Amino acid sequence: MTSQIDELFERTRAENRAALVGYLPSGFPTKEQSIRAIEAMVEGGVDLVEVGLPYSDPVMDGPVIQAAAEQALAAGSRTTDVLDVVRASAATGAPTVVMTYWNPVERYGVERFAADLAAAGGSGLITPDMIPDEAGEWVAASEANGLDRIFLVAPSSTDERLAMTVEAASGFVYATAVMGVTGARDQTSSLGEELVARVKRVTDKPVGVGLGVSNGAQAHEIAEYADAVIVGSALVRCLLDAPDESAGLDAIRSLARDLRAGVERT
Amino acid sequence: MSYAQPDPTGHFGRFGGRFMPEALIAPLDELDRAWTDAKADPVFMAELDRMLREYANVPSPLYEAHRFSEAVGARILLKREDLNHTGAHKIRNVIGQALLAKRIGKPRAIAETGAGQHGVASATACAYLDLECTVYMGEVDTERQALNVARMRMLGAEVVPVTSGSRTLKDAINEALRDWVASVDTTSYLFGTAAGPHPFPSMVRDLTRGIGDEARAQALALDGRLPDAAVACVGGGSNAIGLFTAFIDDSDVRLVGIEAGGDGVATGRHAATITGGDVGVLHGARSFLLQDEDGQTVESHSISAGLDYPGVGPEHSYLADIGRATYTPATDAEAMAAFDLLCKTEGIIPAIESAHALAGALDLAKELGPDATILVNLSGRGDKDVHTAAEYFGLIDEPVVLEQGVEE
Repeated sequence: MTSQIDELFERTRAENRAALVGYLPSGFPTKEQSIRAIEAMVEGGVDLVEVGLPYSDPVMDGPVIQAAAEQALAAGSRTTDVLDVVRASAATGAPTVVMTYWNPVERYGVERFAADLAAAGGSGLITPDMIPDEAGEWVAASEANGLDRIFLVAPSSTDERLAMTVEAASGFVYATAVMGVTGARDQTSSLGEELVARVKRVTDKPVGVGLGVSNGAQAHEIAEYADAVIVGSALVRCLLDAPDESAGLDAIRSLARDLRAGVERT
Repeated sequence: MSYAQPDPTGHFGRFGGRFMPEALIAPLDELDRAWTDAKADPVFMAELDRMLREYANVPSPLYEAHRFSEAVGARILLKREDLNHTGAHKIRNVIGQALLAKRIGKPRAIAETGAGQHGVASATACAYLDLECTVYMGEVDTERQALNVARMRMLGAEVVPVTSGSRTLKDAINEALRDWVASVDTTSYLFGTAAGPHPFPSMVRDLTRGIGDEARAQALALDGRLPDAAVACVGGGSNAIGLFTAFIDDSDVRLVGIEAGGDGVATGRHAATITGGDVGVLHGARSFLLQDEDGQTVESHSISAGLDYPGVGPEHSYLADIGRATYTPATDAEAMAAFDLLCKTEGIIPAIESAHALAGALDLAKELGPDATILVNLSGRGDKDVHTAAEYFGLIDEPVVLEQGVEE
């Protein structure tokens, strides 16, 4: 079955560009404002939206996303709010996935979460602390509900693990370009290109590269070898740094435009 | 049938496993292989054994506490882990992991600490074995435990205050994991308890099981029979699993884990994870944990900093599930009453963590009667808790800065 994400990658391949994937946390600074920020991001040119589910113990995240998640939780953000944000995001027409640590999904009920996510128009899940080895229940629930499973691969992944993870993944494969947590970095890493090349040797599934991307020039470098460029902390920082909401939305729109120009290959 | 857990992928029944970023899976596999090889290497094991004997003062004595026994109404044997170097069972785990780090050849070690005891043990082992050491500690804890911070620095470790989340032990673990994912090529993570992703729960158990192996042999030498029950406090669970492991196949020996009941489990202010929590995933493993309806981790509460953790090692969840061990809470008040009783009857100031186990033994004594022999792991000494205890009992007028806290 062809998913919305599959269709997106068919289109970006035809357009000879990488897809632009943008991350923003649900409920930061409020549910309504997070929806408007996602809409601004899509207006600016983001093709695929990652909605972050704020979690109390985000071990893969650097200070920017940690701060946003803490504020969202302090403001009372709930799992059901994330589904509302997904509904609004999917209504923009951009395929929308949830990026979440595993425990909130397990607590909600894996099958129930999958069904509710699909009903909200969500396309899948990115699971930073769920590896295919432990994912039996999630694989079944995602298949039953037509959701994509975006697993991560890392520079440290062995060839054997890479092949196994890619086989279990659908939609796209999330390649973490550096050994480290989320957060903008001044320079892109050569590890990303090597990792994508290793993934490409074992699959024709699209590969997205994330961790550390913060501007159009970096996006352009990555678009040369990857199918998608994934940006998170730099977008979240637009909101954290803004004096008011409209300035934050302007900053997001403008960064998204810069990134979108970057993912063109010509 | 003899007990053999975990399975090759680190599962204790439905518990344990690995819920970790992919970037750390290959390093965890490497660690698993390295430990499996080291365990089978007689040269490595002899070296570890020598260090524990010569440096850490292991084996610790088994001591029959006559006056305490009389007061509680059953015969109490204390496993004196409080007499180990650095004052707790923690040194067994840390020397083992640090020696393994040397064998693997990574020059830097990181550790998390709550009250500071695992941090101090790590700094100690790193000084002893010439490893660079960084300890992550919640900012709240660095303020509460200023003397332990100084002690770690004296031993040459860098102490990094963690300002994210609740700024306590669980956040220190998060920050150590964030360091590790970026530094794993050169850095070993000395994990402080029998929790976390595979292979930590079973590796820490292997390293602490000397507690029970020694106590079992010592009890047999003393009495010609095994005790009726073995009791230990449970936070993450390293001293308890260290005590229990030797007795798991001895079905006549009751295994009792005492969790931190705080103000009482019914109040919601406690750290009794198995008694009052639900199954979920935290810090890399499926186990019981304290969480809200949405699966967000809930802060724990205990007078004992070392038991103040919202998770628990997966093997304890498994032992509870299969009914081989039982887990019950002791409140702050019960633990402090037992603390006072041991001080007054034996001249031993226990760690407040270990006082929870003593409180559990008091209850068990009522149930089992005067003919029963109860083995209690006195997992640490209470010098670090003098300030907390003195405040609790109203023994000082002015707050003074003293060290306190230990992770169990």
